[in-house]
Amino acid sequence: MYFGRVIGCVWCTAKNSSLEGMRLLVVQPLTPELKTTGKRIVCTDCTGAGAGELVYWVRGREASFPFLPVEAPTDTCIVGIVDRVHLRAAEASPAGPGNSSGHPPC
Amino acid sequence: MLIARVVGELVATQKHASHEGRKLLLVQPLNLDGSNRGDPVVALDAVDAGIGDRVLLATEGFSAMTSVGRPHSPIDMAVIGFIDRVDVIPDVL
Repeated sequence: MYFGRVIGCVWCTAKNSSLEGMRLLVVQPLTPELKTTGKRIVCTDCTGAGAGELVYWVRGREASFPFLPVEAPTDTCIVGIVDRVHLRAAEASPAGPGNSSGHPPC
Repeated sequence: MLIARVVGELVATQKHASHEGRKLLLVQPLNLDGSNRGDPVVALDAVDAGIGDRVLLATEGFSAMTSVGRPHSPIDMAVIGFIDRVDVIPDVL
């Protein structure tokens, strides 16, 4: 699994029918120190994550397992929303701006 | 499988149900000489590892999900063992 932050969302009106109703989010990979690393990717989501939240995602065939029995054609899926990061030296990374409403903003 | 070091832990309350009850570790893959090999990744813990431990990291779905006992789960990386020692031919390093 990989660690990152949701920075946006993607809207597709015409897409594979197995992807209907799924949210597609743009994710920026981060290091444990919350520094940007690597290129941004598009992930499906099974947790209800919203923009600004720290998440971790799974890559590969396993990314379609949360949607079983539907076999969704996805290769990256957000499977958890990160509340806190504990590191050896500096502790307690902030969980980012998040959103107080409790609803994903996109 | 990769040699790696546990560099942190994640706390996540909202996550896929199959991840409940297992620690989430931030793990830095290592080269044989101990240098970093790419960026840290997130792995489920199958052996109760902690920060600072040198561990064996499964980086493929089937081995990862069976090692934590959660078949058909969205898991692609798991810490599956502690490394006590690595012996290699000196010329290789």
